Amino acid sequence: MAKDLELALPKLDIHSLPGPETIVRCQLPNGIVILARENFASPSAVFSGFLSVGSLDESTTRAGLAEMTASSLMRGTSQLASEEIHESIESVGARLIISAGKHSTAFSGKCLTEEFDRLLSIFAQVLQEPSFPEDQVDLVRNEQLTAIAIRDQETGSRAHQCFNELVYPGHPYSQLNLGSSETVAKLKSGHLRKFHEKYYGPKGMVISVVGSVEASEAIANVERFLGGFVNEKQADQSKLPDISPLKGEVREYVPLEGKIQSDLVIGVAGPRRQDPDYLPAALGNNILGRFGMMGRIGQQVRERNGLAYYAYSTLNSGPGPGPWQVIAGVNPGKLEEAITIIKKEISRFVKRGVSREELLENQSSFIGRLPLQLESNEGVCGALTFLERYQLGLDYYQRFPRMVADVSREQIRHAAVRFLDPDRLAIAGAGPALD
Amino acid sequence: MSASSLSLVQTRLRNGLKVRLKPIHSAPLVSVWLWYKVGSRDEYPGITGISHWVEHMQFKGTPKFPPGVLDRAIARVGAYWNAFTWLDWTAYFETLPADQIDLALQLEADRMFNNSFKAKEVESERTVIISERQGHENDPSFRLAEELQAAAFRIHSYHHEVIGDMHDLQSISRDQLHNHYRKYYVPSNAVLSIAGDFSVRPTLDRIRKAFGSNLGTKRPVRNIRDEPAQFGERRITVQGPGETTFLEVVYHAPQGDHEDFLPLSVVNSVLAGASNLNLFGGGISNQTSRLYRKLVESGIATSVDGTLAATIDPYLYSIRMTVSPSRSYEEALAVLDEELDEVLSRPVRKEELTKAIQQARALFAYGSESITNQAFWMGYSEMFADYDWFQNYLDKLAEVEVEQALQTAQKYLVPHNRIVGVYIPNGRPNG
Repeated sequence: MAKDLELALPKLDIHSLPGPETIVRCQLPNGIVILARENFASPSAVFSGFLSVGSLDESTTRAGLAEMTASSLMRGTSQLASEEIHESIESVGARLIISAGKHSTAFSGKCLTEEFDRLLSIFAQVLQEPSFPEDQVDLVRNEQLTAIAIRDQETGSRAHQCFNELVYPGHPYSQLNLGSSETVAKLKSGHLRKFHEKYYGPKGMVISVVGSVEASEAIANVERFLGGFVNEKQADQSKLPDISPLKGEVREYVPLEGKIQSDLVIGVAGPRRQDPDYLPAALGNNILGRFGMMGRIGQQVRERNGLAYYAYSTLNSGPGPGPWQVIAGVNPGKLEEAITIIKKEISRFVKRGVSREELLENQSSFIGRLPLQLESNEGVCGALTFLERYQLGLDYYQRFPRMVADVSREQIRHAAVRFLDPDRLAIAGAGPALD
Repeated sequence: MSASSLSLVQTRLRNGLKVRLKPIHSAPLVSVWLWYKVGSRDEYPGITGISHWVEHMQFKGTPKFPPGVLDRAIARVGAYWNAFTWLDWTAYFETLPADQIDLALQLEADRMFNNSFKAKEVESERTVIISERQGHENDPSFRLAEELQAAAFRIHSYHHEVIGDMHDLQSISRDQLHNHYRKYYVPSNAVLSIAGDFSVRPTLDRIRKAFGSNLGTKRPVRNIRDEPAQFGERRITVQGPGETTFLEVVYHAPQGDHEDFLPLSVVNSVLAGASNLNLFGGGISNQTSRLYRKLVESGIATSVDGTLAATIDPYLYSIRMTVSPSRSYEEALAVLDEELDEVLSRPVRKEELTKAIQQARALFAYGSESITNQAFWMGYSEMFADYDWFQNYLDKLAEVEVEQALQTAQKYLVPHNRIVGVYIPNGRPNG
C-alpha cells in the first residue's frame, strides 16, 4: 500500500481499546473461562457468554429441542419456582436471556451494579439445577409453536430457510433452530431433562463480565456461583459434517398466499471465521453490500433502479461455513430484474475485484468504527467472548487496525473467487405466487 | 455517569435553532442529532407519508454533497448514521469519532438548507417507498395497527400510518415534497442535540458557522384538528394470511407532558411490564406483570405487552397480545377485561408501585450509558415537552401515588374510550 494512502487511515489510540492491560482472563478448575474488564463510568454490570451446546446436538426428529431446553431453564429449579425466579430479576429492573444457536447456547444478563451478585446467583442456579416442571414446559412449547407459526408466514424467514435447504442439503445448517410444529409438539419435559444432563456443563463454557465491578470481584463471584458446576458425563459437541459445494445455479421460490412483497436471498456457503480468507472476505463483503448506503448492491438495486427498500449483503462466518448472502425485499413483478442486477454485481466483484480507493475507504471504515462497537458494556462484553470463542488473543483489538490495513486487493479477489462463483449461486425467494 | 450529574448547555441561535450540548468524555465519540418538529401529524389526505418521504430524500445528496458522496464520507470514518420519521418528528443522527464532528455539522446544515429534490431522484425513491410499504403489508401486526389507528382518529391527523397511504405514495409530486421540506426544514422548527467528547465553546462556534444562516426563521403554521371525545367502544376486524390471531386493544391516552402521563405509565408497568423509553437498548421481561400471569401463564396467549408513547397531542395506550393457537380472542378479551376491572376497582399494591419505579430507575440508568442515547433524549424530550421532562422523570415518577394511579386508570381505561382490534387468520381462524 502506498505510504500516502496508508496515512489516511484513522489513527486510533490502541491502548484505549480492550487489550492485555485491561482484560483479566482466568480459567476455573472445572474449565469455565472468565474474562473481565472494568468500566466505572457506568452504573451497571453485564455478563454474557456461551455454553458448548446447540441445535447441532439435537436429532432431526427432535428439531427445536436445544431452543426449548434453553427457554425452559428459567421456568423453575430445585429451589425456586418460575414466578420466584422472574420476580427476583424483574423487581430490580434486571434482565437475563438464554437462547440456543447452532453451535452454542448464548446467555446475557444486565443489572444495576448493586444487583450483580443476585443476578449471577440466579443465572448459576437455573443453569445447574433446572427442574423443567411440566406445566411450565407446556407453556414454553405453546410459545415456541406460535413462534413457528408466525415464522412460517414471514417471507424473509421462508426465503432464508429455502436458501439453507439449497446450500446445506441434509446438513445441520438446514435445520431450523425453532424446529417445526411436528417436532416441537412431541417434545416433553423428559426430553429436555435428558438433553440438559447430556450436554450442559462447564466444559467449553465462556463468561465475560464488564461494568462497574472490580475484575477480581467479578471473577471471585463467578467462581463462587459457578465453580461447583460439574457434569462428568458432559458429552463432546457433535462434529459439523462437511458441505458439498454447489455444482451449478440452483433456484427455488416459496409462494405464500396473501403476501404483497417478495424476499430474495442469493449466495453461497462462505468461509469459517478462522479461515485465513475471512478478513479479506469481510472487507470485500463490505464493499459488495454494506459500505455507505449498502455498498455496490445497494447502489444498483435501491439507489439507481429503485427496486427495493432494502438490498445488502451479509457474511455470517462462525465456527462453520456460514452463508455469504445478498438479501433484498422486492416487488414480485421486479424479482427477475433484481436477480439479474445482483448476479451482475456479484460477477463484477469476483471477476474484476475492488478498486484501490474502495479498499482504502473500507479499511478506514473498519478501523474507524471500532470505538463505536466497543462503546457500551454489552459491546465490550460480546467482544471479549468473541476473542475467546475464536482464540484470537487478548491483544486482538489492538492488532486489528494493522491487520485491516495489511489486507490487499489481491487477497479480496482471492477470497471472492474461492467462495463466490457467479455460476454456482443459490437463489431463493418467498412471497406472493409469481405469474 | 448519571444524567443529572452531567452539565447541559442550552442556547438558541438568532435564526431560531435550539441547541442542546452535553459534553461527556467517557469515550472518543460524539453523537450529533438534528430534530425537526414534523411528522405524519402534519399531513392530510393527499399527502400522507410525505414527511417520511422527505426523510428519504435527505439521503439523496445536495449540490455540495452529491449522491453517494455523503454516505461514503460517513462510512469512511466508521460512523453510524440513520434517520427516523414518526408521528410528531423527524430526526437525523450521526455517531462518529469525536474528531469528525465537523463532518456531521456540515452535512446536517447543508441538507437543512440546500436539498434540490431532483425529479429523477424523487421518482426513483417513489418505488423504494412503495416497496417499504409493501414490506409492512406482509406483516399482520402492521395491517391491524393501521386499521386501529384509522378507527381511533376520525378527525386528528394521527389517523394514518407514518408510511402513508398507497394512493398518496403513487401520486405525491416533486413540488409537494419540496414545499413540505421548505416549510418545515427551517432552523426555527429544529433542535440540534449533541453529546460526547467535545468542548462547548469551539463547538458552539462551529455550529454558528454551519447553521448561522438567517434563512427560514419563520415558524411553520399548523392546522391540527383536535380529536373529539369517543362515545362508545369501537371494534374492528382484519382478516389475512397466517395461522395466528392477534388482539390489540387501544385506549385514547394523554399526551407526553400531561399530568396523567406518568401515572398511566405506572399502570402500564403493573399491567403489562416496564417499557423502555429509550430508542436503543433493550427492555426487561414482563413475566411478573398482571396480564402476563393471567393471559400467558394460563395458556390463552403466548405474549402480551403494553405501550404508552409520549406524543404532542393525545395518542393511544396499546395492549397487544398473540393468542395461543388453540384459544380464542374472545377468551383473551374476557380475561383482559377481568384484569382491567381489577385495576379500575382498587388501587395497585404499594409493592407493585415500588417495583414499577425501581424498574424505571434501572431502565433510565441503562439508557443514560450511551452517548447516542444521551443526545437522543436531549432532542426527543424537546419534541413533546422540554429537557426538564427527562431530567425530572424519575422524581416525578416516584411521586405517583396508588390513589392517583387508580384515578388515572378510571379516567382512561374504560370501554367507551377504547378500540378493540383483532387479526383473524385465513389459515386457521381461531376466533
